[in-house]
Amino acid sequence: MRITAGTFSYLPDLTDDEIKAQIQYCINNKWAVSIEYTDDPHPRNILWEMFGMPMFDAIDPAAAMLEVAECRRVFPNHYIRVNGYDRRRGHATTMLSFIINRPTYEPGFRLERQEVADRQIRYTIHSYATEKPSGERYQ
Amino acid sequence: MSVFVTKDGKKEAVPENGSTKKNRWAAGVTPYAEMGYYNADYVPKPTDILCAFRLVPQEGVEPIEASAAVAGESSTATWTVVWTDRLTAHEVYQAKCYKVEPVPGTNQFIAYIAYDLDLFEEGSIANLTSSIIGNVFGFKALKSLRLEDMRIPPHYAKTFQGPANGIVTEREMLNKYGRPLLGATVKPKLGLSSRNYSRVVYEALRGGLDFTKDDENINSQPFMRWRDRFLFCMEAVARAMASTGEVKGHYMNVTAATMEDMYERAEFAKDIGSVIVMIDLTVGYTAIQSMAKWARKNSMILHLHRAGHGTYTRQKTHGVNFRVISKWMRLAGVDHIHAGTVVGKLEGDPNAIRGYYNTLREGNLQPNLEEGLYFEQDWASLPGTMPVASGGIHAGQMHQLLHYLGEDVVLQFGGGTIGHPDGIAEGAAANRIAVEVMIQARNEGRDYMMEGPDILARAARWSPSLSKALEVWKDITFNFESTDIPDAVMTPTGNF
Repeated sequence: MRITAGTFSYLPDLTDDEIKAQIQYCINNKWAVSIEYTDDPHPRNILWEMFGMPMFDAIDPAAAMLEVAECRRVFPNHYIRVNGYDRRRGHATTMLSFIINRPTYEPGFRLERQEVADRQIRYTIHSYATEKPSGERYQ
Repeated sequence: MSVFVTKDGKKEAVPENGSTKKNRWAAGVTPYAEMGYYNADYVPKPTDILCAFRLVPQEGVEPIEASAAVAGESSTATWTVVWTDRLTAHEVYQAKCYKVEPVPGTNQFIAYIAYDLDLFEEGSIANLTSSIIGNVFGFKALKSLRLEDMRIPPHYAKTFQGPANGIVTEREMLNKYGRPLLGATVKPKLGLSSRNYSRVVYEALRGGLDFTKDDENINSQPFMRWRDRFLFCMEAVARAMASTGEVKGHYMNVTAATMEDMYERAEFAKDIGSVIVMIDLTVGYTAIQSMAKWARKNSMILHLHRAGHGTYTRQKTHGVNFRVISKWMRLAGVDHIHAGTVVGKLEGDPNAIRGYYNTLREGNLQPNLEEGLYFEQDWASLPGTMPVASGGIHAGQMHQLLHYLGEDVVLQFGGGTIGHPDGIAEGAAANRIAVEVMIQARNEGRDYMMEGPDILARAARWSPSLSKALEVWKDITFNFESTDIPDAVMTPTGNF
């Protein structure tokens, strides 16, 4: 399967030039660019690991692209995403977030059902990858 | 005939029997304008609630007297002088019409009226509307009346809860940023069994939509009872989440005959794991506020379908403009509200709709007559309500939808998903690809409005689902002239 979270997951994987153009858009909007990675892609896992601090003062997307390349080198088989963050009042939130790296094989999720009273079912989404400890997944 | 000069320098006739010398308290009937309901010198206070009414007086009724009557009948006045007014600080409680402007080329006038903050109960849409639109719309001295806009001062706005979550929190709950959200209303809207219904939900969500939706008239009918629907739909939502790794939702319509029934259905939707419930505008303002409180307390997104609004929002000389309904609903506390599409099958002038969308989303608005905004509006940190565009839209219009409606919007493609020749999931994927490719182009700085059809055509080369969608709906437009256009826009703008 292909995890489709993120702003551009339905498109073919973005090229470096396309990633750079999106980072430029963030910089133009005065958004802080950050890079995060994970091997626990559960849809409710919002806390991916930070690859360094958010780049609050970036003026050149090339600098952010160096970080992208470095993150890919260290975590070639993790999910990696690039975020744009807007600190303005009324926003103070992520404005763009897209996946730029993913494992070669994505095993996906199992839906677990706990059958309880009066036909109700408690649903849990279980990531196959997380059956192994962090760092040993997606080998 | 004597004239006087209004605040903005216009000359107006004084009503025929309009001597200001007449004793205000003499028994009998005195023109409203003379009883203090018209005062061209009045300077609205920052705490006043302001209204702009569009009115047409009956033959022989002076516009100023008609406007004063609106101020009177929507505040303290009755048809005759009552001495008991003198027991009160009536100057405060009287609404004051402070400006009357003719609408060029028509028999209409815009009356600007100020209401003191003390006239209204804190945090109550029911009380606010019982005053402002309570009696006055049936008033015989008027041919027609329409409430065009209101300024809600921060002092009053802050007495309301506002959206249960708001746009920012909703996106953070769903973990979806940087693009319009996508939805679909399950069709046919009536007659599907719960099991068949959940098939549509599953296919649409796994295909790429973020939300599916009950229609406004899907409540708990003999062909599909609410509890069955909720159970089957939750299975579909959970399955789609597992197959995509994304948070998904189905708007479970909890609209019912009584508050007790609505709470029961909403609690059940929450218990089985839904992130969102919906209600219809027909449940009434108080029920909406109750559900907004419930939604805030339970971390549930609250979707509002504006069922019935066209009966009083559409005609230019009658009722309440939708921008006012938008303000009331943001105060009342809904997270989503249907607010027009510009390009789809339902009424909507592009400028007017931009005004509604800005009213729902922005923190601070300035007057903008082109968008029909008569007043400034400071929302004082009340969260934004997400507008929903629904009705006759499809993937081929994505550049126009993004241009007119922006990014913080739910685009709902019902027929435009379910009607796809290769199936519902393919229809959903076509919409998702179209929105992502258009956002990508916009962010890259391209002129996506001009290049839109080309951007979509290029994506269709690698996406058979988008290619089929573009082919099926390529000639579908709803190009009718709008009935409700802001006065400042002289040339009627058709829909596209």
